[in-house]
Amino acid sequence: MASSVLSIATQCVSPNASSLSINETHKGKAKLGGSTLRFSKSSGRISMTVAVNVSRFEGIPMAPPDPILGVSEAFRADTNDVKLNLGVGAYRTEELQPYVLNVVKKAENLMLERGDNKEYLPIEGLAAFNKATAELLLGADNPAIKEQRIATVQGLSGTGSLRLGAALIERYFPGSKVLISAPTWGNHKNIFNDARVPWSEYRYYDPRTVGLDFEGMIEDIKAAPEGTFVLLHGCAHNPTGIDPTPEQWEKIADVIQQKNHIPFFDVAYQGFASGSLDEDAASVRLFVARGMEVLVAQSYSKNLGLYAERIGAMNVISSSSESATRVKSQLKRLARPMYSNPPVHGARIVANVVGTPVLFDEWKAEMEMMAGRIKNVRQKLYDSISSKDKSGKDWSFILKQIGMFSYTGLNKNQSDNMTNKWHVYMTKDGRISLAGLSLAKCEYLADAIIDSYHNVS
Amino acid sequence: MAVRNSLSGQLLRRSSVVAGARFMSSWFRSIEPAPKDPILGVTEAFLADQSPNKVNVGVGAYRDDNGKPVVLECVREAERRIAGSQFMEYLPIGGSIKMVEESLKLAYGENSEFIKDKRIGAVQALSGTGACRLFAAFQHRFHPNSQIYIPVPTWANHHNIWRDAGVPMKTFRYYHPETRGLDFSGLMEDIKNAPDGSFFLLHACAHNPTGVDPSEEQWREISSLIKIKGHFPFFDMAYQGFASGDPERDAKAIRIFLEDGHLIGLAQSYAKNMGLYGQRVGCLSVLCEDEKQAVAVKSQLQLLARPMYSNPPVHGALIVSTVLGDPELKNLWLKEVKVMADRIIGMRATLRENLEKLGSPLPWQHITNQIGMFCYSGLTPEQVDRMTNEFHIYMTRNGRISMAGLNTGNVGYVANAIHEVTKSA
Repeated sequence: MASSVLSIATQCVSPNASSLSINETHKGKAKLGGSTLRFSKSSGRISMTVAVNVSRFEGIPMAPPDPILGVSEAFRADTNDVKLNLGVGAYRTEELQPYVLNVVKKAENLMLERGDNKEYLPIEGLAAFNKATAELLLGADNPAIKEQRIATVQGLSGTGSLRLGAALIERYFPGSKVLISAPTWGNHKNIFNDARVPWSEYRYYDPRTVGLDFEGMIEDIKAAPEGTFVLLHGCAHNPTGIDPTPEQWEKIADVIQQKNHIPFFDVAYQGFASGSLDEDAASVRLFVARGMEVLVAQSYSKNLGLYAERIGAMNVISSSSESATRVKSQLKRLARPMYSNPPVHGARIVANVVGTPVLFDEWKAEMEMMAGRIKNVRQKLYDSISSKDKSGKDWSFILKQIGMFSYTGLNKNQSDNMTNKWHVYMTKDGRISLAGLSLAKCEYLADAIIDSYHNVS
Repeated sequence: MAVRNSLSGQLLRRSSVVAGARFMSSWFRSIEPAPKDPILGVTEAFLADQSPNKVNVGVGAYRDDNGKPVVLECVREAERRIAGSQFMEYLPIGGSIKMVEESLKLAYGENSEFIKDKRIGAVQALSGTGACRLFAAFQHRFHPNSQIYIPVPTWANHHNIWRDAGVPMKTFRYYHPETRGLDFSGLMEDIKNAPDGSFFLLHACAHNPTGVDPSEEQWREISSLIKIKGHFPFFDMAYQGFASGDPERDAKAIRIFLEDGHLIGLAQSYAKNMGLYGQRVGCLSVLCEDEKQAVAVKSQLQLLARPMYSNPPVHGALIVSTVLGDPELKNLWLKEVKVMADRIIGMRATLRENLEKLGSPLPWQHITNQIGMFCYSGLTPEQVDRMTNEFHIYMTRNGRISMAGLNTGNVGYVANAIHEVTKSA
């Protein structure tokens, strides 16, 4: 049957056929049975291909650009000199250049010299990395570690680790919901949606104070059905930069325990927020110290500058080592059909940095430097705005917020004005990345913010 | 229950009130231990074995004649060149554009009109697994009522991938146990009987686990029939260059389909042919009707990737684009991949010779007829267990042997073991 199809087709495209001239640039279709024949001219000959009906993906619409990563694309396309990229949260130096940490370069050189092989990691990732990351998170002498109650699986940075956690919830806690902060990192919703885990929001950001709506947060966590997963940002809340105080963390832990909820921490900035690894992990450690079972996703994108290496971890701290073993086996089973085993390069860098005392100390110093630069920039921005703005508006939230991001309180129109008039690129929710701001640009940014806030509604 | 910790007294007081109750129960009680992965679990067992004679012919990772993992020279050189020169900023969601370009040239042809016409929607993927999973998720989203037809047998993880993506599976006949070859008439019948417009998973070369590939003439017939049925061909190509030693030759099936006008999907992996296993670097591409559609498809693939891992890892991608983008390094790679393929082909011949010399009553020409890293030996699960328990030879229970695990030092031992467990069969 196949040959008869082809011979009929050949007759149709005989050079002597009057319906088609070789010299015409002609594209046409003819139906033949269930298939469609296409004629197209290419380099002087008529070539014919039989299309398999139409493309299976004919009706596929163009997806919208990612709201966060799309900002950088737009920035790149802008030719204006004064442009400023305060979109994605990637650290920049004062010269607004990307920054590769010295310890990372050293670790990579070590790895190059050693000539490590490139074999598959086990599904759960590099053992040395998994050990290091759990110890960084909880402290090496933490009872949970000593009692082997932690299931740690290397993941594809924060996103991949969160996705593993979400997949675990979908499979083993069917019907359970996740409570996420309003607002939260844009990709959280995508992750839970694609993992088919239902979610709803708890109040978090209070636009009136540009601070934490603590009452609302507690109320909403209390109101959720027992056994809800509560997604918490360990430190340096993204996008607001607003963190609970230690006392508030205690109360949050209280209500989560009372309601038998499960805390799910996203820790993307350990060490990067305050400059201290231990201080930034205090919230997680508080919950674990209470004997609670906790999920924690970690990322080394920001604190070790390993953005593109995709290195992080999913940790499940449970009540027994036996339970941790089972959970780890199931996390592996979820990872295998996603990517088989995680990429080795970033894991080795982390393991080398953390495992070599000299490098570890150097890392801590570099982290303090990065966090310090952000704090200085916050101060300068605050000073610039306060001195220029005579309206009496309280801008102190800039100093109170912590980490890479600041929720300016600008609405969508105002944010658009920042971009369209001032060439300042940021996300539409009013979030700016201070990591992309230099001391030198603070005055300019202050002008832009004041203009957008007062003159645009 | 005492809570031992080094935190402040205030915390201690609080936690001791609640800790007792919490420790009694666990949220994870209902979580069963997962079974060991049938493939990767073999290596775990191998590593735990203390016997000096142990042989790992389980997982498909290349080994040299000394049984050592190999990092290709072209890869080492690429790493030296990229060391310290790149900032590790996030790649775009779709990955390294240069790596994707080079991958398309390799698969579709250096001068492919489809590349020129920008008709291919393509993204960097997490090796072959990630490429397949991304396609499965894409298939699920835009053809939610479709199924995937997979060959019997196929790589075990294919089942997991499409299942976890929510796409039901059907099978088509492939391996013929009696001949240890291709069940061609069964395959054609199943293609014909599948409803028009079904999705078919095809191994482009070096079928895993059997090593049995259709001949060129058979591929042409398969292509014609799939064309008539309007099926969607999705190729998994994990061994380009690694099978015959010649990447162009290994892409023959794909080129046939392209000539015939199919709009294919393709998963490519650099795990084996560039030895970049742990780097997780590959490519997913979908050939579309025109550039506009390709752009739309790529945007949707990105929308699926973002909530899985945001953007793919850079290191392996840099290695691939450096090697393939530099004529000198690319030539070196072509030589090195041929060395790997030739060693495997040589081992096949030696294993077969040894078995025939031992006077095995069974036929073994399938060892040299099959191609690529794997050989479907025909051993039963019970015989495989004997191989492991008596001879410390580790392989998957379907009888699949990774030829890369054989070398001049152990091929005699393995041949002997196979003979021992099969001579009374």
